[in-house]
Amino acid sequence: MSSYRIQGATGEWEVVIGLEVHAQVVSNAKLFSGAATAFGAEPNTQVSLVDAAMPGMLPVPNRECIRQAVRTGLAINAQINRWSRFDRKNYFYADLPQGYQISQLYHPLVGEGSLAIEADEKAGIAQDKQIGIERIHVEQDAGKLMHDQHPTRSYVDLNRSGVALMEIVSRPDMRSPAEAGAYLRKLRAILRYVGSCDGNMEEGSMRADVNVSVRKPGDEFGTRTETKNVNSVRFVMQAIEYEAQRQVDVLESGGRIVQETRLFNPDSGTTRSMRSKEDAHDYRYFPDPDLLPLELDEAFIEDCRASLPELPDAKRRRYQEELGLSAYNAEVLTAEAETARWFEALLTEGARIQKKGEAQVAKASANWLLSELYGALHRLGKTLEDSPVSPERGAELLALVADGTISGSIAKQVFEIMLETGDAPASIVEARGLKQTTDTGAIEAVVAKVLADNADKVEQYKGGKEALFGFFVGQTMKAMQGKANPQIVNELLKKALG
Amino acid sequence: MAVLTDLTVAQIRDGFRAGDFSAREMAEAFNANVAAAKALNAFIVETPEHALAAADQADKDRAAGSLKPLSGVPIGMKDLFCTQGVQTTAASHMLEGFKPTYESFVSQKLWDAGAGMLGKLNLDQFAMGSSNETSYFGNVISPWRRNDGGNAALAPGGSSGGSSAAIAARLCPAATGTDTGGSIRQPAAFTGITGIKPTYGRCSRWGVVAFASSLDQAGPMARDVRDCAIMLENMAGFDPRDATSLDLPVPQWEAGLSGDLKGKKVGIPKEYRVDGMPADIEALWNRGMAWLKDAGAEIVEVSLPHTRYALPTYYIIAPAEASSNLARYDGVRYGLRDLPDGANLQDMYAATRAAGFGPEVKRRIIIGTYVLSAGYYDAYFTQACKVRALIARDFEEAFKRCDVLLTPTAPSAAFALGEKQADPLAMYLNDVFTVPASLAGLPAMSVPAGLSGEGLPLGLQIIGPALDEQAVLNAGLAIEERAGFTARAEKWW
Amino acid sequence: MDWRADASAPSMSVDLTTVKKIAGLARIAVGEAEAEALVPELNGILHWVEQLGEVDVVGVEPMTAVIPNTLRLRDDVVTDGNVRDKVLANAPQAEHGFFAVPKVIE
Ligand SMILES: [Mg+2]
Ligand SMILES: [Zn+2]
Repeated sequence: MSSYRIQGATGEWEVVIGLEVHAQVVSNAKLFSGAATAFGAEPNTQVSLVDAAMPGMLPVPNRECIRQAVRTGLAINAQINRWSRFDRKNYFYADLPQGYQISQLYHPLVGEGSLAIEADEKAGIAQDKQIGIERIHVEQDAGKLMHDQHPTRSYVDLNRSGVALMEIVSRPDMRSPAEAGAYLRKLRAILRYVGSCDGNMEEGSMRADVNVSVRKPGDEFGTRTETKNVNSVRFVMQAIEYEAQRQVDVLESGGRIVQETRLFNPDSGTTRSMRSKEDAHDYRYFPDPDLLPLELDEAFIEDCRASLPELPDAKRRRYQEELGLSAYNAEVLTAEAETARWFEALLTEGARIQKKGEAQVAKASANWLLSELYGALHRLGKTLEDSPVSPERGAELLALVADGTISGSIAKQVFEIMLETGDAPASIVEARGLKQTTDTGAIEAVVAKVLADNADKVEQYKGGKEALFGFFVGQTMKAMQGKANPQIVNELLKKALG
Repeated sequence: MAVLTDLTVAQIRDGFRAGDFSAREMAEAFNANVAAAKALNAFIVETPEHALAAADQADKDRAAGSLKPLSGVPIGMKDLFCTQGVQTTAASHMLEGFKPTYESFVSQKLWDAGAGMLGKLNLDQFAMGSSNETSYFGNVISPWRRNDGGNAALAPGGSSGGSSAAIAARLCPAATGTDTGGSIRQPAAFTGITGIKPTYGRCSRWGVVAFASSLDQAGPMARDVRDCAIMLENMAGFDPRDATSLDLPVPQWEAGLSGDLKGKKVGIPKEYRVDGMPADIEALWNRGMAWLKDAGAEIVEVSLPHTRYALPTYYIIAPAEASSNLARYDGVRYGLRDLPDGANLQDMYAATRAAGFGPEVKRRIIIGTYVLSAGYYDAYFTQACKVRALIARDFEEAFKRCDVLLTPTAPSAAFALGEKQADPLAMYLNDVFTVPASLAGLPAMSVPAGLSGEGLPLGLQIIGPALDEQAVLNAGLAIEERAGFTARAEKWW
Repeated sequence: MDWRADASAPSMSVDLTTVKKIAGLARIAVGEAEAEALVPELNGILHWVEQLGEVDVVGVEPMTAVIPNTLRLRDDVVTDGNVRDKVLANAPQAEHGFFAVPKVIE
């Protein structure tokens, strides 16, 4: 079993990782006000008097934000707390208008849950693993400080102030950068399946606080550091690698790890201490007296449960067991909600056109999507979301192959034309005369000519070099510009070669 | 005909309806009184034009036959309520010049009911105080004086001291107050007027500068019980913008008024008999019992065993909430900014808050910060929240045995300004009788019931079960009808 | 922390350093004299509130809602915002639609 170890002068070290992920909840309005949440608006235009913490302004929670957090909790099989409440986390900063963040410390909305990451030999994850999730709580995002607009001033934009976040806190269950990466990718996939967060790390919809400590295998947990607001999977892995090595170096040179907040520098892949916030650690949490306890009834929770889609693990299992897909294909097709959605649209349409069961068209659909379509999108620098070919058109193309109208190689040509023109495959085949020939007479004539032109090879074939059969097939197809039905070509060649 | 400014809210409303006078005449009369009473320092901002505009509208409405509940009635607004375009300061340097771009729920409701605003009333800074000596804009002077021939300036009570002084001096017939630990009732008692703090959640806190959110509650102050009922009907109501607002219809308290207490039981909490209670307070309390008995009620003794812990509980919870509520005053978005040369952001906060807050506000913020800080949270704050639960439970038990409680409002009559300033604890003790009901969120009112030996007003407090303002008002009315309190401050200002 | 144990001890009294630390936490600049004056005042108040330690609270839940009431939730509808003028109207310093503060170095 391969496990991630840092080789130090004093022996092997194990790294212990916990992640606190801040995921922006998908909602129209903010957590406690009626201001909009859309990304990229003019500064301070999506700010209500509540968000600006004007005197006498009060918070009222947004039901949808609560609902999304509960749905997310259900998706990781977590306990949903019927009774939770909001607390204030007090500290002073210019991006925090109230002087406190409304969060949940003592009684979070979502309790213990977990998430599975899959074995990945290449990444060094030896086996499937459950990562514990301690809690999910709901809280307000802060505003934004801009430091580069004026030589002596910072500017405050409160558009993000009060946007709902879920803080998803894992157990310190990860032991390598790869596991942390797999956890984040899986979490992101689940959030996107559920629709509670768009998972867009570039726009800051998902950020991770990375808690890292090191220890000799079997020892107690060491002192951890928290690297704040790391905003990509790759950076999280880099931050862990750097931070673990740094801690080993400190410890082996006789130093001590200070529990502190650190900042990740994406340019250098390093972390540094963030002393500016060090004195602010006494947050004086207490229940927010502007808000009453949040009590959820069974009907609300059942409603949330009923609204959940099929989640990636269940989907993957179904693709393998019911559709007969390979483990690899099932994994790739379910990793992202968008891929699975596209695949299932292709499948449904294919089954409908071909009047077959989904299982009967699944393999061809999966193969075409993962090789032909993905290859083309990769070439064009596009994604499924802006694919020039829709699932419906894809299904039509596959149906033309399945019913023998065109051959596989013609299908590739048709697909290229579809990518360029967006035309329907049937009309392309029609217009360009690409229909497969099943006219036995015509094929027979070509077969006869191919054999006559290659008399020497026919001799060799008859002498036992049976591999030449493919050559005759190729020559025949070539002469017929690929339009001959390959099955008929095979039959006629076998007959002619005796 | 009587002097216009001697009329009560009900008399103004009814007289205006009957055509006895115009709303403009009424507004002008009160504006004149306000303008002539600078010596009391009851107002931070005077808004005669607002009062006149509302009056002119009321006169038009009367002509058009579309009268509103408070048409023709000008009132005073405690300067803790945000009023659109009119400076709102909470009596703090921190908010000097702050003009809200919004109107508080309660004040908006009053304007919608036809009332006009005479001005913004002085108060203890951020409503922290019991004597109106913590205002950045100077002390409010009570219109009352002792009968000893001395001219000692007396406290109008606090924090709603501008409201109490203004009503007692006939600068307005009624005013808004807010009560966190007694800030409506104690000043009402000190100035011989009436004030009710309704059940927590009756009046929306939206647009009221926060002191301690779990305790703050707006309520009316006026000259009699009926006026309090009328005002409260036009201040209370559900507000979806306050998560603690009660989603209940507003009862018709005025129509429900009755001083007949037959079949009612009045509880006397024995723990309110504190050591060293002045004889005239004790005598007043006994008279109150006799009046209520006369009104048909039965007097029963009840026990509120945790009463003595109410004040210390309050002085943990209120400062804790305040320390957080007042964190928003940081010089970034509104209000004072003090930016010393070379100061960074955190220096700016510290300088701004040092310059903007008065000593009592700082004291409470620091106490609150301390009791919430790491290591002390459970010992102080959690313990206080548990004791608070016990205090509330005491009331619940007591109300199984009676309909309302009768107590004195304050342990003494008004004291002289400066007398208790040196010792914060002595000042805090003023609220010993009012704080328990605040902690339990219960409706409670003070009605004037007599004079002290020094000729100063004394009040009796009625406390009722949650949501039963009617029982409180009715018991208050029964006292009012029998006390025959007609004394008023002799004009010296 | 057990309140009773602390109450029997000579009480949690604050010293000058603590007062300065707490004032710092509250972001209130205090001068030396002011801080010194606060020490006995705060100790007086704290000592007084510490009598709560006498109260037996075994099995008592801390009060969470003053009046029995449930938290209402709002619908997810944009009803507010687009009021930048109102938001910035009272700002000590506003530039280009932002609030301006002394430069923060992170
Ligand atoms: Mg964190
Ligand atoms: Zn967080």
